[in-house]
Amino acid sequence: MYKYIIRRILIFIPMLFALTIIVFALLKAAPGDPFSQILDPDIEAGVLDEQRAAAGFNDPIHVQYINWLTSAVKGDFGDSFRYKGREVTEVIMDRIPNTVYLGLFSLLITIIVAIPIGIYSARHPYSLFDYAATGFGFFGLAVPNFFFGLVIIYLFAIQLGWFPSQGSISSTSLTGMELFTDRIHHLILPGLTLGLASTASYMRYMRSEVLNVLSSDYIRTARAKGMSERNILYKHTLRNAMIPIITLFGFEIGSLLAGAIITEGVFNYPGLGTLFLSSIGNRDYPVIMAIAFLLGLFILVGNLIADILYSIVDPRIRYD
Amino acid sequence: MENNYIPVADPGTSQIAPEEKSRTPFQLALGRFLKNKMAVASVFILFIIVSAVMAAPLLTDQDPTKSNLLLVEQSPSAEHPLGTDSSGRDNFARLLYGGRISLIVGFSAMVFTLAIGVVLGAIAGYYGKLVDAFIMRFADMILILPFLVLVLVIVAILNKVTIGIFVTIIALTSWPGLTRIVRGTFLSLREQEFVLGAKAIGATDLRIIFKHFIPNAIGPIVVNATLMMASYIIVESALSFIGFGIPQPTPTWGNMISEAQSIRILQNNPEAWIPPGLAILVTVLCINFIGDGLRDALDPKSLER
Repeated sequence: MYKYIIRRILIFIPMLFALTIIVFALLKAAPGDPFSQILDPDIEAGVLDEQRAAAGFNDPIHVQYINWLTSAVKGDFGDSFRYKGREVTEVIMDRIPNTVYLGLFSLLITIIVAIPIGIYSARHPYSLFDYAATGFGFFGLAVPNFFFGLVIIYLFAIQLGWFPSQGSISSTSLTGMELFTDRIHHLILPGLTLGLASTASYMRYMRSEVLNVLSSDYIRTARAKGMSERNILYKHTLRNAMIPIITLFGFEIGSLLAGAIITEGVFNYPGLGTLFLSSIGNRDYPVIMAIAFLLGLFILVGNLIADILYSIVDPRIRYD
Repeated sequence: MENNYIPVADPGTSQIAPEEKSRTPFQLALGRFLKNKMAVASVFILFIIVSAVMAAPLLTDQDPTKSNLLLVEQSPSAEHPLGTDSSGRDNFARLLYGGRISLIVGFSAMVFTLAIGVVLGAIAGYYGKLVDAFIMRFADMILILPFLVLVLVIVAILNKVTIGIFVTIIALTSWPGLTRIVRGTFLSLREQEFVLGAKAIGATDLRIIFKHFIPNAIGPIVVNATLMMASYIIVESALSFIGFGIPQPTPTWGNMISEAQSIRILQNNPEAWIPPGLAILVTVLCINFIGDGLRDALDPKSLER
């Protein structure tokens, strides 16, 4: 197991380098640099070129890459084009908490909804409830999340007026408990939207895993020795059925983040996703690339943790 | 004991079943597919949708791109069954013509991805070694960033998007999944003895790939192509919705839904944005059901069904 974990971490390092190379290549492919944003007519043409050279823009490409990498490691991604004079890191840090709240909240919804339904479906396969759940699963994977978001805004925010349709808080003056409930209130609709697809897929995974375990020999043995259905479910079935589900969370982080970009756009929710979209609109390349790098990093780390977790909970796994 | 009753052959009928013509794998698969009710119904519904968008000029005489600033955000009327959008364009015509674009983008992106994915997967899986390592590491690199993020970054760099560019971006960023599948199948086929046999009688690499390997890998390729098309329709609509897809005034289902970003249209003109959303939902559902049906039908292990 330790051998596997070490080898898995060793693979992580070249992947991380690959990510930095991709992001750097995309950054170089993007037109313009910080100096092309300066449109002050008083600056002589030659001065900008001198400054470009001083800032290292004429250096060989590998030197530029190493310079970029060393500052990126320190968390320095340069200054934003759009938010004048503000560092990219600072602009991004402002938005991270909101996206984390949204991601965790939708994950919570997914767990609360998908796991019990999946278990119930597996225990009563081909029942009316199971068919309804399967139908919901197909729907959840086929509906575009932005359209689902619009529909629930239309129903619950506009027609019924239960939830706000925009933003993450209603006022900056709120504190303590009020702020907390206000945040939750704003999170419900975007959380449902972001969680829909993953709820549908976890439900299907959970159902098939539990069905799989329930048909195994040791469950029959447990039944034969007279164990109660309750104990069979909680002590024997779920423990094994949950293994692949837990690790799935690590692998799903990519689709969760991609979904968050669109969901935040629909609800105008001030997180990383809306920052990413507005930066693309403004062609604010330093911010775009830093976010892309950050998302790639989240995914690599998520996959790494998932793989390691999997090797811990399921000792049969071997790397080859 | 009725349970032990053994039927006695009716002397009128032959004891040996009449010689049944052996069915080709394709016929067997077709038979299995036709037994899947959801898949067959989906083919039928998808056929209706495709016919409707192809017959768009027959179903409406409105121009989907012609603005009329005197008639913006109109409610449904006899002339405009689904009203008009924020630039006074007819929503019903846009729904039909937009369906064309959405389906064409989804389909051509699928064909393009299929071409890249199968060719690279075939090369990697057939030749193995260094070529394989090179192609697969390249695939891994593309897979590091989520597909949507990569597409958005490229859109940001390019600054200008047309249907052709859009399809190309999708294909160039999403081939690795298919390549992995094709490569995996080829790697296992490569070691089998019939390949040695084919080589011994002088078959060229191309002949082995196209005559022996691709037919063996056709099941997973077709199933994945189907599901890819469904996801590309969603991707197109999502990108058009956030304004980085096919630019207006070209109608697409995503462009139509993006009208609902104005809270006024969202609230007052649900007939403008709900139909394209439902159209995407139904189309994607149908394609997914067909994909599931194909998966069961093309799986050689399910010979019994």
